[in-house]
Amino acid sequence: MDISSNLPITRRGLLAAGAASASATIVAHPATAQTPARPAAPAGTPVLSTVTMQVNGKAQRMDLDTRTTLLDALREHLHLTGTKKGCDHGQCGACTVIVDGQRINSCLTLAVMHEGGSVTTVEGLGTPDKLHPMQAAFVKHDGFQCGYCTPGQICSAVGVLREIEQGVPSHVSADLTAKPMFSADELRERMSGNICRCGAYSNIVDAVTEVAKGAA
Amino acid sequence: MRAFTYERATSAEDALAKAARTPNARFIAGGTNLLDLMKLEIETPGHLVDLNGLGLKAIEPTQDGGLRIGALVSNTQLAADDRVRRDYGVLSRALLAGASGQLRNKASTAGNLLQRTRCPYFYDTNQACNKRQPGSGCAAMGGYSKQLGVVGTSDACIATHPSDMAVAMRALDASVETMRPDGARRVIPIADLHRLPGTTPHIETELVRGELITAVTLPAPVGGTHIYQKVRDRASYAFALVSVAAIVQRDGSGRVAVGGVAPKPWRMDSADAQLPRGAKAVADALFAGARPTKENAFKLPLAERTIASVLAQARSRA
Repeated sequence: MDISSNLPITRRGLLAAGAASASATIVAHPATAQTPARPAAPAGTPVLSTVTMQVNGKAQRMDLDTRTTLLDALREHLHLTGTKKGCDHGQCGACTVIVDGQRINSCLTLAVMHEGGSVTTVEGLGTPDKLHPMQAAFVKHDGFQCGYCTPGQICSAVGVLREIEQGVPSHVSADLTAKPMFSADELRERMSGNICRCGAYSNIVDAVTEVAKGAA
Repeated sequence: MRAFTYERATSAEDALAKAARTPNARFIAGGTNLLDLMKLEIETPGHLVDLNGLGLKAIEPTQDGGLRIGALVSNTQLAADDRVRRDYGVLSRALLAGASGQLRNKASTAGNLLQRTRCPYFYDTNQACNKRQPGSGCAAMGGYSKQLGVVGTSDACIATHPSDMAVAMRALDASVETMRPDGARRVIPIADLHRLPGTTPHIETELVRGELITAVTLPAPVGGTHIYQKVRDRASYAFALVSVAAIVQRDGSGRVAVGGVAPKPWRMDSADAQLPRGAKAVADALFAGARPTKENAFKLPLAERTIASVLAQARSRA
């Protein structure tokens, strides 16, 4: 029997509700007025700072502990849970987002370092009704299995095509001074910072290749 | 992660002043290594001074025909620069052999030089490590040491410097421009930037507390064939077991620096002089006095064979 269909709440909804209650606790912290940070806090005292940034085209203002990574700000404060926390140490790429036009690991950067910045997450690339071509290609080519690394793979792939377009060479580019061209070898090298434990790599290559050929 | 205060600097002078007036302050640029270490509480700054408002993102020609690379130039920007690709290919290749695309987009030039070792015992706070906690001992000796150093190490520490970029910069005789807290500027040859561990492996560079790297300069191009060959456990996104940065001229002379083997980019004038005689002579000079562990003794023949491969490639391209 499928009991989940009888429940009036989805897994995603449950997670979002949990994140909202955690965030409310943080916002209620009494030190919200303490910005900008002055170098006087006793050791170990959490320091709050106000940060404003554009996330998926929308202005966001957050009161954050200075320790908050961009990843945690997106997930726990803005409830944009598409971006995933895998290793939290820049080794897996699940947290990849596009900041000021470049793909980066959102786990290895502080939210306070992005005052005035512009962030695009997988939610900002497209919507379920109007998928970004990269999202549509991942669906078409079955470029995932469990799906956990997928938002990072998609944001990274969008960044890769932009980097090739901008002429950034790679470790496998045969001629360093030539304009790099898209190929499966180039893609595999450039995507090496995104790990897929299910091993969906060959379908990911097919998906990104289709988008690259379509854009050419 | 320990709590810290945070502020943004608007100029190099401002950054120096902000760091100087707060004990336990650290500069942060890309943050890809510092934040990683802060999460593990290996680094525990009480105050961060963000350098990203300083500019220092230009790559400019110098009066003597070289290039001045701003401290905040990203690894991607540096690797993709047309002048670097044309005249300093070994540097572009080394950068592209390191880290991942995402990390290269964020990592800065100065931060790359100052990144810390990836020795697993430095990273594991339950283990003895003279670099992380002076006097506590070294769990790496007799431990899992496959990745660690074979030359330039000491009885206190066998960690390696993990950078690829720095190995190429060593081969290019780059210089590091800095400002000290009192505003005095100085230029440090890259050969002298990193220290050997001796009995003080926690002191890793010649920089004094609060000193800021503002730029790295490259001398005028020296021509030759530029090669960076990195040998690692997987084809991409892994630290070097051994890497070789070489610039070889048509007459067989040149320079060679090796990564993955020592606490700093490893280059010897005596080894450069042996280049026309071949890989064995070069390796013998580079690794005189080497003290490998049982687990990493393979790095000595691997380095010699990698040098042989690089010299063969140079001959075929000349």
